[in-house]
Amino acid sequence: MKPLLSIEELSVDFRLDTETVHAVDRVSFAVEEGETLAVVGESGSGKTATALSVLRLNPEPPCVYSGGRVVLGGRDVLTVSEKDLRGIRGNEVAMIFQDPMSSLNPLKRVGVQIGEVLRRHQGATRAEARQAVLPALREAGISDAERRAGQYPHQLSGGLRQRVMIAMALIGRPKVLIADEPTTALDVTVQAQILDLLADLGQRHGMAIVLITHDLGVVAEVADRVVVMNRGEVVETGDVLELFDHPAQEYTRALLRATPKLELT
Amino acid sequence: MTLLEARGLRKEFGGRRGHGGIVAVDDVSLAVEEGETFALVGESGSGKTTLTRLLLHLMEPTAGSVLFDGEDLSGLRPAQLRKVRRQMQVVLQDPYSSMNPRMRVTDIVAEPLVTHEPATRGHRGRAGLRDRVGELLDAVGMPAEVQDRYPHEFSGGQRQRISIARALALNPRLVVLDEPTSALDVSVQAQVLDLLADLQRRLNLTYVFVSHNLAVVQQVADRIAVMYQGKLLEVGPAAQVFRSPRHEYTRSLLDAVPNPDPRQAKRRQAVL
Repeated sequence: MKPLLSIEELSVDFRLDTETVHAVDRVSFAVEEGETLAVVGESGSGKTATALSVLRLNPEPPCVYSGGRVVLGGRDVLTVSEKDLRGIRGNEVAMIFQDPMSSLNPLKRVGVQIGEVLRRHQGATRAEARQAVLPALREAGISDAERRAGQYPHQLSGGLRQRVMIAMALIGRPKVLIADEPTTALDVTVQAQILDLLADLGQRHGMAIVLITHDLGVVAEVADRVVVMNRGEVVETGDVLELFDHPAQEYTRALLRATPKLELT
Repeated sequence: MTLLEARGLRKEFGGRRGHGGIVAVDDVSLAVEEGETFALVGESGSGKTTLTRLLLHLMEPTAGSVLFDGEDLSGLRPAQLRKVRRQMQVVLQDPYSSMNPRMRVTDIVAEPLVTHEPATRGHRGRAGLRDRVGELLDAVGMPAEVQDRYPHEFSGGQRQRISIARALALNPRLVVLDEPTSALDVSVQAQVLDLLADLQRRLNLTYVFVSHNLAVVQQVADRIAVMYQGKLLEVGPAAQVFRSPRHEYTRSLLDAVPNPDPRQAKRRQAVL
């Protein structure tokens, strides 16, 4: 199958006053339709800088895309015009973040914010956008969508806010979803619900999901394939069962050893 | 022997006395035995942070009492309270925000000493202080040379070690660990947990370990208390709570924990 997203030898530098940090160093991986790929790493591994590159969202400066390509729908995201980039964001690829509160506008009702995505990225009219909002909220598993659409972010729980972010990300029917630590800020029971939702949506729409996480438990629950990153480089890539059963690299083994596991027998 | 005891603790926020407030902690009674690790588990809003503050007597309970070594903290005069306080210390989740960024490590670790022991103040006190701080840093696996450096020069794990050194400065009997490894990378978390276990053995410390991470709690706890909506749902030996939880909520909490083994992961099995 042809990959929906392929990252080829991507290098990302951050040029600071005193030094240049090679945050991402010749990273390559690809995701296919319906597949969930987990990018795992500890802080400073470059996993978020890699994820942001897919939407060209790293702040420039200090960021410089110093090499490689990010191919999405036949185009290299890193070289398209700003205008084309707006067409790609939201329509071909969307992103959700760890902290939904800081990605939502506190002054606008969530229904309006979700509708804005369509108006901005697909040129939808106000009426069209309004029509699409409630189905999007319902698809994200929000039961009383009418009431929620009229509320402000601060009136929602963390789990509901993340569902709003998911509704917002999916309303443009992107082919690729980048989820950067989507459940890290959530309680464990809510985390389980959100992971279920993402898995379900991925399957139903044949979406490719790139899940950025530090949690090998989450990886084991939802990923088909895994990319392990450390210090900006890919340490190892593999099928999830293969990688957990036979980690090839010492770094991966150490990460697996350090992950606490709940024993219930 | 019971070191810390809560009797019918209740804390309300807002509202007039007796009605209308939010009940953050609702009729909680528990006893922490000397030398054990007592884990307090719950999700956000469960009241575990408020309960922790009540146990440390950082706030007055609406009703009920806290006893440390048999002494009721509510009845104590300030001077007496200070004497008890030095025996109970706390390590917070975020080592970044729990240190003054403009203080050197030596002053951060020495601060409890300076507060509680007047003899350590002034020029003469300072000389002895550096040696004491050096010992404390050594106990948490940090070289004594770091004394003149500032918090921003350290990684999260190193900062948490410095927080632990500070908590140990007064030779406490009880240390409340409030999500001590939640902000750390998993490899660093493992090291800090090892350090805490080692210190407990060497110094006969009693831990109240507050966490939302059940896999971590299972590693460290002797007994577990599960909190939900301000109430203690169940308290029991760790092995028992994990093997046969008495409460439905505890069961759902355990079920929700991701399993870092793809062959046992629940979601995957549902698909396969």
